[in-house]
Formats: sequence, C-alpha cells, structure tokens
Amino acid sequence: MKDRRKLVVVGNGMAGARFAEELIARGGRDAWDIVMFGDEPYGNYNRILLSGVLAGTHDPRDTFLNPLRWYEDNGVTLHAGVGVRGIDRRARVLHAGNGIMERYDELVLATGSVPFVPPLERLRLGDGAFREGAFVFRTLDDTEAMIRYAARSKKAAILGGGLLGLEAARGLLALGLEVHVVHLMKHLMEVQLDPAAGRMLHGLLKNMGMHVHLGRATCGVIGEERVEGLLFADGLTLDCDMLVISAGIRPNAQLAVDAGLEVERGIVVGDDLRTSDDHVNAIGECAQHRGATYGLVAPLWEQARVLADRMSGRKTEARYEGSRVSTKLKVAGIELAVMGAREATSPDDEEVTYSEPARGVYKKLVVRDGKLAGAILLGDASSAPALLQAFDRDQALSDNRAELLFPLASGGTAASAADLPDDAQICNCNGVSKGTIVAAIRRGCRSLDVLCSATRAGTGCGSCKREVGVLLDAIAGDAVADDPSEHYYVPGVPLAKPELVRAIEERGLRSVSAVFRELAGGKDDAASKPGLASLLKTLWGKEYDDERDARFINDRVHANIQKDSTFSVIPRIYGGVTSPAQLRKIADVAERHQAKMVKITGGQRIDLLGIPKEHLPAVWRELGMPSGHAYAKAFRTCKTCVGTDFCRYGVGDSTGLGIAIERRFQGLESPAKLKLATAGCPRNCSEATTKDVGAIAIEGGRWEIYVGGGAGSRVRKGDVLCVVDSHDEVLRMMGRFMQYYRENAKYLERTYGFVERVGIDLLRRLLVDDAEGIAARLDADMQAAVDSYVDPWQEADAPKTSAQFAGALTPDVPEAVRDPSLVQLRLASGER
Amino acid sequence: MSEPLDLGPIDLIPPGEGRTFALGALRVAVFRTRGGEVYATQASCPHRAGPLADALMGGRSIVCPLHGFKFDLATGAAVGHACGNLAVYAVSVDGDRRIRLHIPAEPAKEAV
Repeated sequence: MKDRRKLVVVGNGMAGARFAEELIARGGRDAWDIVMFGDEPYGNYNRILLSGVLAGTHDPRDTFLNPLRWYEDNGVTLHAGVGVRGIDRRARVLHAGNGIMERYDELVLATGSVPFVPPLERLRLGDGAFREGAFVFRTLDDTEAMIRYAARSKKAAILGGGLLGLEAARGLLALGLEVHVVHLMKHLMEVQLDPAAGRMLHGLLKNMGMHVHLGRATCGVIGEERVEGLLFADGLTLDCDMLVISAGIRPNAQLAVDAGLEVERGIVVGDDLRTSDDHVNAIGECAQHRGATYGLVAPLWEQARVLADRMSGRKTEARYEGSRVSTKLKVAGIELAVMGAREATSPDDEEVTYSEPARGVYKKLVVRDGKLAGAILLGDASSAPALLQAFDRDQALSDNRAELLFPLASGGTAASAADLPDDAQICNCNGVSKGTIVAAIRRGCRSLDVLCSATRAGTGCGSCKREVGVLLDAIAGDAVADDPSEHYYVPGVPLAKPELVRAIEERGLRSVSAVFRELAGGKDDAASKPGLASLLKTLWGKEYDDERDARFINDRVHANIQKDSTFSVIPRIYGGVTSPAQLRKIADVAERHQAKMVKITGGQRIDLLGIPKEHLPAVWRELGMPSGHAYAKAFRTCKTCVGTDFCRYGVGDSTGLGIAIERRFQGLESPAKLKLATAGCPRNCSEATTKDVGAIAIEGGRWEIYVGGGAGSRVRKGDVLCVVDSHDEVLRMMGRFMQYYRENAKYLERTYGFVERVGIDLLRRLLVDDAEGIAARLDADMQAAVDSYVDPWQEADAPKTSAQFAGALTPDVPEAVRDPSLVQLRLASGER
Repeated sequence: MSEPLDLGPIDLIPPGEGRTFALGALRVAVFRTRGGEVYATQASCPHRAGPLADALMGGRSIVCPLHGFKFDLATGAAVGHACGNLAVYAVSVDGDRRIRLHIPAEPAKEAV
C-alpha cells in the first residue's frame, strides 16, 4: 500500500459528505486518510427534507443520508458536533473544539451557509441570543425546537417569502398555526419567479389559508419576555407569538476570513476549486466561483464530483466550469421548476406564457436565439424533464412552442402511482406491491437503483421504473438522494458514458478486465460486465480483446437460456423468406434433437426450444444456417411484408429491402436489441412504425425511415427521420442512425428512450443535415462494424473457451464417490 | 475428511467463469476468478434451479443467469434477497494445477 496522505473536510453537510462519498467511490481511500468535521452531532442528513420534518410528513430519521455507521464502515474519521476554531495554514494544522488538532495535507472547506438575520430592534437579548419565540430555520435542531414551540403557539410570522420561508410557512400551517408570511419585496420568491408567477403562487397559498403581506419592511420585534408581535416601518404592527426568520442565506466563510484566505461574498475558488492557498479547497454554498455562489444542491454535487475526480487522481485535470442553475422542487406542496432567466432581457428575446388561474398553473419560456434561456413551470411541472434537458444542453427548440409547454400525454398514469392503495401491484413482472416499495423507501432506500434492487421492482422488463421513481419522489421528499451511480454507464465504474469512452480511448483499454483494473480500482462487478463488453466491442471493433467471462451466458453460447436451463435456437431467415428445402432441414434437425417446441416467432423466424447446451454445436452444424442473434443485445431481425412481388397494394420492394438490411446489419452489437421492419406501403402490415428502425414505402419510389418506435413493455410510434429515394439510401441512413445510437445510448436504453432523450430534431440535424460534419465518419465506422461481422455459430467447430458447450464435466472419480451417501449429500445441499 | 477428488486441470475452467461437474449423482459448480481463486457451490440456484456455473462473476460473487439472484461464492450466502443460501465445498488447486474438491464425510450444511 502506498503512503496515504491526510485529507481533512470541514463540513459534513450536503456538499462535504457528498464529496467524501464521491471520493471513496473513486478509490480515494487508497491515497487518503479522510477526516471530517461536522458542527452537528449527527451523520449527514438531507437538509432539503427539513420542511417535511416540520410539517410532520417526515420522520427526522427519514432525512439521514449517511448515519454515523457509514463513516465507520468506510474508514472515515468523523468528529461530529465538533466546531473548527481555526486553521494554521503554515503548519497545515486545524484547531477544533475539545482541544482536537488535526494535521492535513489537503483541506476541503464545505462550511455551507448561515441564515441571514436582518437587524431588527429588540430581536436579541443582552447576551445576543434570540428573544424566546424567535427562530431561524436551518438545522435539524432548529426544526425540532420550532416544532416544540409551535405546540404552545397560535399565530406565527415568517419573515421572508422566499423558498425556505414558504416551506417553513407550510410546515407551521400543517401544525395548525395561523401563519403570516411577511415579505419585503413586491412578489413572492422574486429570485426564482416573475411577478405573474409570484401572483399565482400568492393566490394558491391564500387558498391554503396562509396570510401573505407583501412590500412590508419589518423593523422590530414587540414583546418583553418573548416575541409578541412585529413592528413595521410604516408604524403598523402584527401580533404573533412565534417568529421564524428566513430572509436568505450567506456563505459561511468566517473560518476562511480568519485564516486569511481570499474571500469576497464567498470563499474565492478557481476552476480547480482551490482557494488562494493551493492546499485548501472549497466547495458548496461557502464557495464563490467565477463570481457566483450557489444555494441549490445540483451545483454542489457537481463541484463534489469534480473535486473527487481531481483528488482521487482519477482525473487530475478535472475542472468545474460553473453550473447553469435549474431546479425542480415543491414549494408548499406546489410543483415548481425554474431554470435560467426569469424574463426577457432584450427585445429579441421571446416570451411564451400560459396562465390558468383556476388550476393554479403558470408556464413561461424565455427563448433566445431559438434556444431556451429560461423557464418557469408552476403548478404543473410535467414538461420539466424535457425543458431541463433542452436548457442543460443548450439545444435548439422546436418551432412549435406549444409542444414544449404541453408534453404528450405519456406518463400520465405514472403521476398517479402515489395515490394508489398499498396493495396495488406496481411491478407486474415480479409482483411487487406499492406497500413493499414504500416500506423499503422508509427503511432508507433513497435512490432508484438501491430501491429497485432491494425490492426487485423494475428489475424485470423495467417499464414500471418510472412509477417506482414517482413513489420515491413522493415518499422520500422533494430531493431524493441523487445516486451518482444513476449517471454511470455501468454501476461498477464511476463514470458517465462520455467520460468513460474518453478514458477508454485515452488509455487504450481493450478488455473488460483492463477497464476494471484502470478505472474501477481493480474491482470487477458482474452487473457491469455485459455493458462494458458491448461498449468496448463498439469502440474497438476487431481490436477488442474479447474476454468471454464478461459475457452473459447467452452470448457465451450464442443461444437464449430458458427456464429449464435448456436453450432456444433461432437461425437467421433473411427477411422471413424461407423455402421448402430450408423448412425440411429445420424440421429434420428439430426432430433429431428432440426440440421440445417449434415455434414461429414474432420476428418471422423459427424457434427450436428445449435444446441442451451440449447439443448446440451439432444443431448449428446440421442447420447450416447463420445465427439469428435472437439472444443478444444486437441487431435482431427485419420483419417484412410481402411487398411488390405479390401484394396488389405494394408500392415498394419491402422484402428485397428487408433481406438487404438483415444481410448488412446481422449481429451488429448495440446498447439494446434492435428490431427492424420494412413495409411495402403505408398500410404498414409489418408494423414498421413501432420498430426501433423501420422503412415504409410511399408512392413515388420513396421510403420513409422511422426511428425510435417500439411495441414492447412500452409502446411508442417512431419519428420520421427522413424520406429517401432508394434501397441504398435506406441502408445508409439506417446505418448512420444505428451507429449514432451505438455510440451515444446508455446500456440497455432502447431506441425509443434514446430518441426521446436526444430529440428527433437534433437527430435530423446531425444525421440528415450533417450539421456537425459527423455523417461521413459515422458511415465509415458502421461500415467497419459490418465488415468485422463473423457468424458466432462457426464456433461449433472452433470453440473459444474450454468446455464452452459442455453440459456437465464428468471427471473420473473413484467408485466410492458414486455411492448413495452422495445422493444424501445432494439432498442435504438443497438441490433439486 | 476423505481424500480430495481430482476434477481435472484448472484450465478446464476459463478465468472468470464456472463449470458444472457431475460426480455420480452430485453436481457441483466450480468457479475460477480472474484473480486465480477457486470456489465450489451447489450447481443450481435455490430460487428456480438456474444453472449457477453459467453465472456472471464479479469479485467474489455470482449472479444467477435466470433471474439475477446474487450469492457470495466463499460463504454461499444470499446477497440482497431471501432465497436461501448455497451449499459450498472446499476446493483448491494443487501443485500440478489440478482442481481438488474436498467432499466432507458429513453432509454439507447450508451456509449461514
């Protein structure tokens, strides 16, 4: 083991603890001894959920992200409830409470923020403490003190009508208090909302029973022993027996100021997140980067990731370049998503607004140069995911702005999962009820992956994952613990696909074991192997070092495993066109090997089921047909209709095209299976519009190419990518799309998810208009992939691994071993 | 403990994979990790009798090919599910690079 250096993190909140997690996920424990200081005597908890604790909808335990045991289990020394007093930068020593001193090689300041308390007359007692009945709303302790005091209060005033203030107001309202929100500005949440949205929100809160006072400057507190009211600048007063101050936050930079670090509004950091001292770094709400400070969780996590990349040595040149601020949350139970600009700032900016006061819905887009400069969605955030994506990627928007405000009705059922009874079955593959999922969330499953693997919901066909996510949001609160692994290409390598591809190419990693060795700290992970194998094959083609243990069993033996451990054999029948001789041969093989079932598949092929593994090579040899790849994440088949040869309606030769497609793309590896179809006329008998890629002949000798369709666990009609004039053009455009999909889709992401995520407009621009000049390169890479195709059933005569197709090996063992006592042994071991 | 059985050369099993061995009526799945360790468990999954030798292996665990249930190879313990544990057998590779399986005289107990 190398000499480990010491890394000290000051702050155990959303940023500090997240950084520690990210660092450990990157193998950072090999290089660092990690020591953390937290002001509060707890593990790390999700501050965003405190409003739920206040409102009584969340148990404080529900907010914990990392309990104290987590630190122990991960070898992190945590000083919980110990404040840091000072930093001796010259000696690189930290002085903390209880006389604790800690030497550091690198220091990370993640001290967060402190509530801003405006100077109010008579707020404080002689010793500086608040008069009884006055609170700030920041920590778990604050929250619990408020709950206790609220129990003997009737009327609360909330100073500040921002996000936090309204959350406090909702919580106190739920506790049965009369609640008055006092706000200095002319409308609520002016940082996030425009005046119209502020008014809409005001109306919604009034209907809930809140009192809102706008444009009110508060100058003092009334009351002797305790708070009895507020005094305003205009001389008016408001009676209240409880006061919550939530007038904003300020970066908590005092420690940095005292240590002589450069501090403006926050602790000044560069793109490498270093402060003015090379050994001191800062992230989170306390940091000021390129003039900006952030109070939302997403930028904090981005900073944590960048710093972890750098400190772990995984990516020493990692840089943080600022965040485009967007957030999706609930304010007082009302859905809200905001991003970027609130209003047009120049006459060229376009504002699109929709207002529906009766339902409390307000939507607004700010469009600049055809791109999304900002948006506000209040009361209905269903279009938020698509808009957030367009905003984050700076994508050009559809000319039809209405489409952006009103997404198609898909996902409508998912939104209601939270309203279902507990015994409702959510996962129809594994029979998991809502009650089971909710119980798991309450037990602490705080991310979709953890939740799914704990309950098995969503681990079958995956179509209920969205509903599981809805439940997670509803139960775990407004900001579910963002599981970094959700962004990873595979769970065992902590990199998203673009970074993973870059690392693989830069380091020339040609095998799955090399990826684990170089990028996952040497830990191989079963669930990650097939995804990596698929990616490496796509990236390296013939140069891929094909380690067979990385493959799922189907891909090791080129057949689909069945519930009784036998296999299904589906030979390729190009375009579904066969012949009497071929049928006769298939029949003979089926008979000879006693196939348990012979079935016509949905992809117009013939499936021989119930073939034992050890028979596979003989079956293939006797068939003399190539593999149909019905077992692989790859190009599967192209379904065809009869087309022009016999059909009296056909306007294009769909059979000839289908055969050409299958010959060209057979066995092509891809992130998920690819099912294609060609139809000879718009009657669409082969269902080409609901295939991953389809072509439909239209009058005039032309073909419409559809992409992103599917009719499996989800049904989606594909989008028309383009219309072309010839079979060759169809092959070229289909190949171009499939290559782009191969390179950019997540593992197991079907084209219908991919096309929706990327957007058909962008695909048309890239693939049809060739706006970025990548078309020729995509075509060439596809050609190379096609050229490297080898029929895997040739392994019948040239196995790639020892005993590749063996059923069971039968070593020569002494007669005694075959005696009945071993049968007993077998029974005792629980085998069937 | 009786004399360990000779199952043949370790190269029968490719690195990172498993193979099923039939010993009379007993079937045992033997695994060889990429790191060179060997493990032996009962041959079929307690859930729906999936062939464990066909599993994907990661570190010291396997994932059944039929329904994705996970087990620890060294202890046989079920990981993240309650489908029961696997019986495990002592196995090693001798100086001649041959697989040696130790069949206990007593019936194997379910791992806890």
